[in-house]
Amino acid sequence: MYLDLTEEQKLIQETARDFAKAELEPVAAGLDQGDDRTPMLANLKKLADLGFMGLNVKEQYGGTEAGVIAFSVAMTEIARACASTAVTLSVNNMVCEVIQSVGNEEQKTKYISKICSGEYAAGGFALTEPGAGSDPSSMATQAVKDGEEYVLNGSKIFISSAPYAGVFVVWAVTDRDASKGKGISCFLVEAGTPGLIVGKEEKKMGQHASATNEVIFDNCRIPTSALMGKLNDGFRIAVGELTGGRIGIGSLGLGVGLAAMDYATRYASERSQFGQKISNFQAIKWMIADGCTELEAARLLLMNAAYRKESGKSFAKEASMAKMFATEAANKACYSALQMLGGYGYTKDFPLERYARDVRITSIYEGTNEIQRVIISREILRNIN
Amino acid sequence: MNFELSQDHKVLQESVRDFVNKEIKPIAMKIDEEHMIPDALVRKMADMGFLGSYLPEEYGGAGLDMLSYAIVIEEVSKACGSSGVLISAHTSLASGPIDTFGTEEQKKKWLPALNTGEKIGCILLTEPDAGSDAGAITTSYKKEGDEYIVNGSKIFITNGGYLGTGVLFATHDKSLKHKGVSAFIVDLQSPGVVILKHENKMGIRGTYTTAFALDDVRIPAENLLGQEGQGFKIAMDTLNGGRIGIASQALGIAEGAFERALAYSKERKQFGKAISELQAIQFKLADMYAKIETSKLMTYKAAWMKDAHLNYTMESAMCKMLASEAATFVTKEAIQIHGGYGFICDYEVERMYRDAKITEIYEGTNEVQRVVISKALLS
Repeated sequence: MYLDLTEEQKLIQETARDFAKAELEPVAAGLDQGDDRTPMLANLKKLADLGFMGLNVKEQYGGTEAGVIAFSVAMTEIARACASTAVTLSVNNMVCEVIQSVGNEEQKTKYISKICSGEYAAGGFALTEPGAGSDPSSMATQAVKDGEEYVLNGSKIFISSAPYAGVFVVWAVTDRDASKGKGISCFLVEAGTPGLIVGKEEKKMGQHASATNEVIFDNCRIPTSALMGKLNDGFRIAVGELTGGRIGIGSLGLGVGLAAMDYATRYASERSQFGQKISNFQAIKWMIADGCTELEAARLLLMNAAYRKESGKSFAKEASMAKMFATEAANKACYSALQMLGGYGYTKDFPLERYARDVRITSIYEGTNEIQRVIISREILRNIN
Repeated sequence: MNFELSQDHKVLQESVRDFVNKEIKPIAMKIDEEHMIPDALVRKMADMGFLGSYLPEEYGGAGLDMLSYAIVIEEVSKACGSSGVLISAHTSLASGPIDTFGTEEQKKKWLPALNTGEKIGCILLTEPDAGSDAGAITTSYKKEGDEYIVNGSKIFITNGGYLGTGVLFATHDKSLKHKGVSAFIVDLQSPGVVILKHENKMGIRGTYTTAFALDDVRIPAENLLGQEGQGFKIAMDTLNGGRIGIASQALGIAEGAFERALAYSKERKQFGKAISELQAIQFKLADMYAKIETSKLMTYKAAWMKDAHLNYTMESAMCKMLASEAATFVTKEAIQIHGGYGFICDYEVERMYRDAKITEIYEGTNEVQRVVISKALLS
């Protein structure tokens, strides 16, 4: 057992922290309140230049090959300043990793480097549909083979980064007669392909700078070479890749929670009421102690899941535990931190209300926490008898 | 970063587990019912090296590290919380401070008998009016020739009834609060050490929890531990390490209850299927397991930090708080999964629930842990 970061991991953590402070923090509130996401897109390019889009991707495809622990600590640092930038980063890394793990050599060479270099601002992960959320195998989007092409029809919702994604990983039914989950395949579809329509952008509670759109496929023709992985193996791919994404989202949640707690702790040691600093009151101390303990525990769960993934061990249960625990700890920390600032916490002059809105989605996306509990208990129950 | 236990730690874990399954698990219910850990079991645990796990070999200890100590207590507590705390209080609260603050002569004199279990150790800190506020102790000492004369009373002394070796805290001037406190090694067979009562408790019923009157107890001057006035610092340092022991105990209790609840949920059928197929039960199992895993990581981390000579004050407070709250949560849910059977003593989870409760209270209440944690964060 050895629980310290390596020098390289520390360096990545510091680089992320410095960048977040210098570039992300100054624009985060504006991004939250305005419609213009130009500053975020500019920052995404800079983050690509720093090597943050493919942290766990091989160098030969343009990645950094720094590992999963490095990815996790970087995500946390970015999310401390801007959750919208962080979620874009998380999805981009996940898209790169999906292509790396199931794509053929041509697909890997072509697409991963474009995301890693920032040529594509983002990659899209088009799985969810109006009728297929927690139950993705019930999807209705179809891919029908027509000569040397597949014809896609259907619609996806809640697709992050859709307006500025260069390529989408798209799941569609290729065998309607197969049993549930057995007839789904995975494709790579470039932005701008005729028939791929980026639909309305959702208005959301938080993470405003990250676009969330409907994506419609209307007789969208793609070459058969766009198939990624084996035919009808798509559901397994989706489920497998979401597991790694959970480490990203858990780390993001942790970052927002830490930002909130750091801010509120500093505030409490400056703010006076009843003739003394409010940090002298046990009511406030308790919120600090509970919040920081839970976040530290979340960090350990995340590091453990990342360590297991990096070492080639099973990590589905650990990633689900980390995602569930970290996002719930982060939600609680943001709630307490806002409470510590009192009325000021509710105003937009302080970042707490933004943290509290941004963090809410983390217990929903990348598998709701209810789905995480299904996975955790399934893994535990499988191992007895 | 490496979260794996080393081969040595895994071997230790296996051997403790085997011992526990053979020697402790079959009698855990009896220990609770009869309010007594059999002396034979204490001897066997001593022979296994459980009573001196991280103490140096030159004084008869097993020469292992803090992580090994945590593993021993965790495994023992999976079957019996009483036996777990006997080890924790003995090692962390008596042998520990003698090893850390004692002179060479003191270590040579006191540690071998503690490490072999010939003497069982305890700490005499708490008093009727000095619980969380340990600086408020009133047990007094004064020097007379080459002896200290001690008078006062001590309560809630885990392992006190063995009348073995104690680390005692007393003040020479209570108006000085914690600055007047000194620590002594005391042979509890000394004249003037009077057992007032053994407490009758909700849980960990196999351990002695003893109240003492100290009536002109004469302690040789050479038994002063550390310097005069250094007692409060010794107490705080001792409790830091002790918290890892209690966290491990709580962790073990939680794991023991979880194992039973998990097995029961697979066997028990209602509505035509195993209750483990119902989401209400699955979600309980997921939440219980996640809390256990979190506590384990934090407890091992605190132990690892102590072994690496890093400052672990905040981590030991965090692991104690997390693990004890996980233990009460998990044991409560384990009873719930068992339904009415959970309330019946035969199923053992009710005992575990009773045993778990104290872990939120002793070795510093969780309220005191929160003071420690927030102080570290605000400083």
